[in-house]
Amino acid sequence: MEGRIHSVQSLGAVDGPGLRYVIFTQGCPLRCKCCHNPDTWAFGEGEQVTPQELAKRALRFRPYWKNGGGVTVTGGEPLSQPDFVAALFSILRAEGVHTALDTSGAGDLAAARRVLEQTSLVLADLKSPTEEGYREFCGGSLAHTLDFLRLTEEMGIPLWVRHVVIPGVTDSAGSLAAIHRMAHGFSNLEKIEWLPFKTLCLEKYGRMGIPFPLEGTPALEADALQKTLQKLGLWDR
Amino acid sequence: MNHAWNGFVAGNWQSEIDVRDFIQKNYTPYTGDESFLASSTPRTLALRAKFEQLLAAERRNGGCLAVDTDTVIGITSFAPGYLDREKELIVGLQTDQPLKRACNPYGGMRMVRQACKAYGAQVSEKIEEEFRLHKTHNDGVFDAYPADVREARHCGLITGLPDAYGRGRIIGDYRRVALYGIDRLIEEKKKDKAALANGDFLQDTIRAAEELADQIRALEDMKKMAAAYGYDISAPAANAREAVQWLYFGYLAAIKEQNGAAMSLGRVSTFLDIYFERDFAAGTLTESGAQELMDDFVLKLRMARHLRTPDYNELFGGDPMWITESLGGMGEDGRTLVTKNCFRMLHTLYNLGSSAEPNLTVLWSEQLPEAWKRYIARVSCETDAIQYENDDLMRPRFGDDYAIACCVSAMKVGKQMQFFGARANLAKLVLLAINGGRDELKNEQVGPAMPVWDEEYLDYDKLLERIDFYRPWLAKTYASAMNIIHYMHDKYAYEKAQMALHDSTVHRFMSFGIAGMSCMADSLSAVKYARVRCIRSPETGLVTDFEVEGEYPAFGNDDDRVDLIAKEQVEKFFRALQACPLYRDAQHTLSILTITSNVMYGKKTGNTPDGRKQGQPLAPGANPMSGRDVSGALASLNSVAKLDYDVCMDGISNTFSIVPDALGKSEPERIDNLVNILTGYFAQGAHHLNVNVLNRETLIAAYEHPDQYPSLTIRVSGYAVNFAKLSREQQREVISRTFHVAV
Repeated sequence: MEGRIHSVQSLGAVDGPGLRYVIFTQGCPLRCKCCHNPDTWAFGEGEQVTPQELAKRALRFRPYWKNGGGVTVTGGEPLSQPDFVAALFSILRAEGVHTALDTSGAGDLAAARRVLEQTSLVLADLKSPTEEGYREFCGGSLAHTLDFLRLTEEMGIPLWVRHVVIPGVTDSAGSLAAIHRMAHGFSNLEKIEWLPFKTLCLEKYGRMGIPFPLEGTPALEADALQKTLQKLGLWDR
Repeated sequence: MNHAWNGFVAGNWQSEIDVRDFIQKNYTPYTGDESFLASSTPRTLALRAKFEQLLAAERRNGGCLAVDTDTVIGITSFAPGYLDREKELIVGLQTDQPLKRACNPYGGMRMVRQACKAYGAQVSEKIEEEFRLHKTHNDGVFDAYPADVREARHCGLITGLPDAYGRGRIIGDYRRVALYGIDRLIEEKKKDKAALANGDFLQDTIRAAEELADQIRALEDMKKMAAAYGYDISAPAANAREAVQWLYFGYLAAIKEQNGAAMSLGRVSTFLDIYFERDFAAGTLTESGAQELMDDFVLKLRMARHLRTPDYNELFGGDPMWITESLGGMGEDGRTLVTKNCFRMLHTLYNLGSSAEPNLTVLWSEQLPEAWKRYIARVSCETDAIQYENDDLMRPRFGDDYAIACCVSAMKVGKQMQFFGARANLAKLVLLAINGGRDELKNEQVGPAMPVWDEEYLDYDKLLERIDFYRPWLAKTYASAMNIIHYMHDKYAYEKAQMALHDSTVHRFMSFGIAGMSCMADSLSAVKYARVRCIRSPETGLVTDFEVEGEYPAFGNDDDRVDLIAKEQVEKFFRALQACPLYRDAQHTLSILTITSNVMYGKKTGNTPDGRKQGQPLAPGANPMSGRDVSGALASLNSVAKLDYDVCMDGISNTFSIVPDALGKSEPERIDNLVNILTGYFAQGAHHLNVNVLNRETLIAAYEHPDQYPSLTIRVSGYAVNFAKLSREQQREVISRTFHVAV
């Protein structure tokens, strides 16, 4: 079996606990307006690699994985290649490595279950608190995402909900509060990661000749976001 | 018993000169955090303000505040000087005024003349006259250099040799002055000298006798120097303030007598901690008082200056002294050598502001106390002023009382010394092999002649054969240069003050170096895994350019295909050096370190088969070529970690720059992650890491508006520099280096 990956990053410090070897899978069914990796959208591209080979490459970085570090698979959408990711995670787990799945939850739930069986932590994107928002923002489904989150809850897998806060798009007080409420509805939630919108990907869109849907939207400062959330009583801890 | 030793645990250190034994019997390991530290006192702040005014004046004056052109500097040649006589707790300057530089012509007159001229001064007729009668190190070396050394030097195949200035990289055990006082040290040296009388007086014995006589004279001069400041250092230091002062006088004598490239301090913080703890117990010192002493001491170190030429600055940018202080590490008995005073030393970066000197070097061990690990990581993130070296790698080879000279050179304090020797450019060795011993830029025959490569494409096996042919020639030429240099340095510019603070019998390393390692590895990788076509100069017939067809794995991506080429070539060069006999039976060692000279070496290296163009800088130290390590920071570190310390016991320098956002979302996360990076890197047997946590934009802003960033400190290659003091070219090279960013 081979999977398709876009690239890897040997030092990931922002996608799960500790230092992470981050694998970007190739291919994604969604088209989020704020996507930072449009080069991972297309299916059928990228490097083909077996789970065994990829696990071997990742394990080179084991000496750095203290404090809960390990491997994160992100994308693209990892759940679009469930058997590949499940096989990879199963090898890593057998080696005692912490595995994190960074996903939108899109895709077949039975297949997702096979991946989750080998997953130590789920980083799940909750993109909008409404069905309409989901359709408009990324072409996905809130109901399906909530089904996926319920599956992680049922399986008792630690969950970090991530939400990108975009000025003028997802930053209304009501929307933020709804996301907060929804996330806290899951008993396996460990934390919410509020991700301030950034514009670092502009250059990439330019290079690829694709218009950036949020062109002109200002980036959000992490400090400013934290203040807003604190004011709204949504800043946990 | 000497009353100055009251309260200390007795031991072998009393009957012999044995500082390590004193430390082991008396120090207090500290495993707590930094919350005990004291901030700067009004007195310290006043001194700091005065010092900063002088620094600003020095900058305005083109980098040199004043030069004394009439007085040859020596231990006693200048009257006392002060920053602020009333306020200083620790006294002593190299000359009679702060930041004033002096002439030290023993290494060579030419450098002194050029340096004076560069700062608008002229060496006085008095000094010129004295040194018409006094042969210098530089004179001696050039009397003896054979033709191929001159040629290899001229073409930049071997560069940065200490043949016109002080060699440095010797660490006096300055702690001995505090612990024993000068009289006891003289007494021991006299005994050692008397013992020589039992043997035949032939070359080695005669030299030893003369050197010991010089050492005794230097010790007597130290007493005179201290007396001029009102201190009698003939007896041991009796309290913390005296311990710092006595130790500093020892160091001051060294930097008055020698202008060596690196004048390192050693490993003094934990030693001094013992005196601080004793005074705390006696109720005669407070935490604030202890910090004041360290702040004042470090302020003195920051005021040390040598007179350098513009050429020298091109090699070693930023006016460095390499006042390297090694901190922490573990003892052989498993106790940590981290003490409260290690924290105080780092805390000077806050009380006095960030700075390039002293060169703060943390000896890393997986066993270090967790609170200390987190503290040093925080200091790294906030100041970019620390380098890390692997104590778990060095302790088995050097014991637990070694220190780092310059950037990455370990030696047992007071027991080992080294003959420093710059570096050979391995990227040029590849070109020399292709061009049959002719220099690719000057078209001069440097090495033994062989036909120029005549096929269109380079062939890996055939090219290796040619390199195998030229390597022993280069090693021999390099070893000859080093033997001559160190013979002459011992003869004409012997480090009598520093050697007086060593055992009379020392172990000597001869420390060779290489530059251009990653460029060489990438070049060979290109030949092996891509296709490299030769482009010839129509005039000379030499291969002067290359076209790379296809892709090749580059060093810095954790790819064994090329990383093992690098490892193999380094080892082969070391073995070739080992085949050469050395002056004074020195032990061969090798470093992969360039300081900032990688920029200058790049100018002297033609186009290389990896696609690098002439003039583009080589990578610093053992770093991958800038921009070619594209698999993330840890892959880059893993490649460097594969290099074998046992063939590079003089150190493997690696500089790592990461933007804060890529290291974590919050300061606690960044600290944890930096600790994880250090843990993982050093667990693989890597030797050294410079850490910078900053944005490229900050450097660009500092490049464009230097006056707004007068104290921006960054780590470059084994040392920290004040960014503003680098040449424009060196600044551009630093900006162009790989910064690891988040995706």
